[in-house]
Amino acid sequence: MTRKQRRLTLILTAGIVIAAAGALVLYGLTDKIVFFNSPSDVAAHHPLPGSRIRLGGLVEVGSVVRDSDAKVSFAVTDNSNKVPVVFVGILPDLFREGQGVVAEGTFETNGVFKAETVLAKHDERYMPKEVADALKKSGQWKGEATTGK
Amino acid sequence: MIVEIGHYALVLAFALALVQSVVPIWGSKTRDASLMAMAVPGALGQFLFVAIAAASLIYAHVQSDFSVVNVVENSHSLKPLLYKITGVWGNHEGSMLLWVFILALFGALVALFGRNLPRTLKANVLAVQAWIASAFYLFILMTSNPFQRVWPAPMEGNDLNPVLQDIGLAIHPPLLYLGYVGFSISFSFAIAALIEGRIDAAWARWVRPWSLAAWIFLTLGIAMGSYWAYYELGWGGWWFWDPVENASFMPWLAGTALLHSAIVMEKRDALKVWTILLAILAFSLSLLGTFLVRSGVLTSVHAFATDPARGVFILAILVIFIGGSLSLFAWRAAGLTAGGLFAPISREGALVFNNLFLTVSCAVVLVGTLYPLLFEVVTGSKITVGPPFFNLVFGIFISVLLVAVPLGPMLAWKRGDLIGATQRLWGAAAIAIVTLLLVWWPMAAAILPSLGVGVAVWVMAGSVVEVAHRVKLFSLPLATSLRRALGMPRSSWGMAIAHFGLGMTVLGVVAESSWNQERILVMKPGDSVQIAQYDLRLDGILHRNGPNYTENASHFSVLQGGVVVTSMEPTRRQYQARRMGTSETAISTFWFSQLYLALGEADPSGGSAVRIYWKPLVTLIWLGAIVMALGGLMSLADRRLRIGAPVPAAKSDARRRGQLTPVAAE
Repeated sequence: MTRKQRRLTLILTAGIVIAAAGALVLYGLTDKIVFFNSPSDVAAHHPLPGSRIRLGGLVEVGSVVRDSDAKVSFAVTDNSNKVPVVFVGILPDLFREGQGVVAEGTFETNGVFKAETVLAKHDERYMPKEVADALKKSGQWKGEATTGK
Repeated sequence: MIVEIGHYALVLAFALALVQSVVPIWGSKTRDASLMAMAVPGALGQFLFVAIAAASLIYAHVQSDFSVVNVVENSHSLKPLLYKITGVWGNHEGSMLLWVFILALFGALVALFGRNLPRTLKANVLAVQAWIASAFYLFILMTSNPFQRVWPAPMEGNDLNPVLQDIGLAIHPPLLYLGYVGFSISFSFAIAALIEGRIDAAWARWVRPWSLAAWIFLTLGIAMGSYWAYYELGWGGWWFWDPVENASFMPWLAGTALLHSAIVMEKRDALKVWTILLAILAFSLSLLGTFLVRSGVLTSVHAFATDPARGVFILAILVIFIGGSLSLFAWRAAGLTAGGLFAPISREGALVFNNLFLTVSCAVVLVGTLYPLLFEVVTGSKITVGPPFFNLVFGIFISVLLVAVPLGPMLAWKRGDLIGATQRLWGAAAIAIVTLLLVWWPMAAAILPSLGVGVAVWVMAGSVVEVAHRVKLFSLPLATSLRRALGMPRSSWGMAIAHFGLGMTVLGVVAESSWNQERILVMKPGDSVQIAQYDLRLDGILHRNGPNYTENASHFSVLQGGVVVTSMEPTRRQYQARRMGTSETAISTFWFSQLYLALGEADPSGGSAVRIYWKPLVTLIWLGAIVMALGGLMSLADRRLRIGAPVPAAKSDARRRGQLTPVAAE
């Protein structure tokens, strides 16, 4: 092979791999992404049952009910709308009523959100950014704590 | 007073870095040896001053000096000494100080061990190193001063986030930073080479040990972080494709590519421009990682506290360094001539293949990590790109690469023989296929995990076969083979070991993600539950007091066939200062597999929620990473790569170097 042919082989191989990567990435980014919704978004758009979303807001005070078989139900609110959530498993250490939370999962046909994972903030100074932004949007932001100091 | 000395020392380090940014480079332009020589005491002085700054902050934390804001916010007088020390970098300001401390450490090491570097190269490298240092000193002094006082001083501190009160904080950040910041050396070498417009195989020999060292630390740092998240967070997960994990993984992928391309450059004087580009990319991705973690643009465990001013400042550093270095690259790289020729099927070709797939995988991770930011800017909607995306896209590319791993070392330089290489690997292929079938058929496993196991075994067996082939095991008497094995270059051993470790990690990943078992239930004392081949019995709940917390421990007995084999004690802790609870998991290791227990909140009926996992072969994930790092260490110990080693006088080497007259671009 001449130098030119060798270079061409290299460029073609690289081109094919990069094109494949591009195609896969585009497929992945349309099909495998998860949208974030606040309770108000849910009220406005009604996500289809079975489609995967992230739901974020505050855990409504007084809404947490623990079942005997590790099942927990609570409501996520942005103070204008709320969504009932059920979760089977162990809640994160910082899960508390009145605090920010992000749950990922799907809606069931009865409108209850079945969470597969629940994330709470990691620190009392810190609220999940999506939740803080959603609260700001719905005008419920009190302006405390997120920026820490 | 000591705190003020620390602050002052940091200012001095900044001033010194500014001088070191300009003087040596000026010296190299004007060929003034004394100006160039300034770089060495400059780098050593910087290290001394930053060490003083770090020591004084540690002192303030150990003494619980609550007149310092940083101590108030992150410490507590009752906190154990170890966490008082590690708490120094368990917050934004302190972790940035650790960052510059390690940067200064690497600068000092180059100054000390770079005795036989050409004078101009050394001066330029240390000057570039000082540019980076100046930017970060300024960042700390302007936006993140850890030495800030508060008046009146509170009586007690807020304590450190309990999640961080763990031995992991002592190990994970320093290792990770040694890796991240270590790539600044290869970056500085690349920029210095572009400034001089000159690069040769000797350059690659100087850069490779530094990149290798950084890579070893980064490998260990990522593995340690993964294990820490695994046992601390209580979800049993070891990798979440969290933006911050990706931020450390991208430099690792680029750094791994750099290690491989530097081999080609060193041995064959080819891929020069590409190696320079990778050196720039590896550190640029480290900077991007620092930005993602520190700016708080992405939600993550690691976002200590977000402050827009800091984000903007780091973004500016990012733009200047990445933009500047890539522009310099675009401007100067054309002047570097292409090197040795090779056929597509050859060792060089295989290393190019490795580089292609590693950089594409890295690009996939980059796109997936930044896409949510872009998406929000464009559409206003918030999305998450998580495991479904990365497992699919990254998984496909890395699988192709894994299949190719054993083939590369079997190919000859310049022109290889793929059929011959495959034939020599029949043993490895046979082992892999038999394992695949054994997993697939009798265990009735799904086809994809079985293939995964096959690939992992192929990689491991491939590296064993490669060594066997090199020492001519079975074709020569055993004693001769043994002697050949002892005489094999350490870098060859290093490669075989590192590839074997990669196979171990892959095996662990496949086995854990395909065959883990999970039970979530509420248990009361006396209750039993079965998982895998074990029965777990909750014996009772004990209440205990720790130094700055109280805890409830659940005592479990693990039975196998009715016999108690071990006991486990997951606990729930309540930290007084932050009124915050944590769950401490209990883990029992059986060979390479683990039983994993985490406690949830107490149930109203008197029981407590328990999450139990059986994780087959999970420890291989981290053991594999340790073996990879050992391989790197072995390679680093190679005589040829020893930092500061005299130029080898081997005949072939001398001949090659003879051909290789410096390609001047000026």
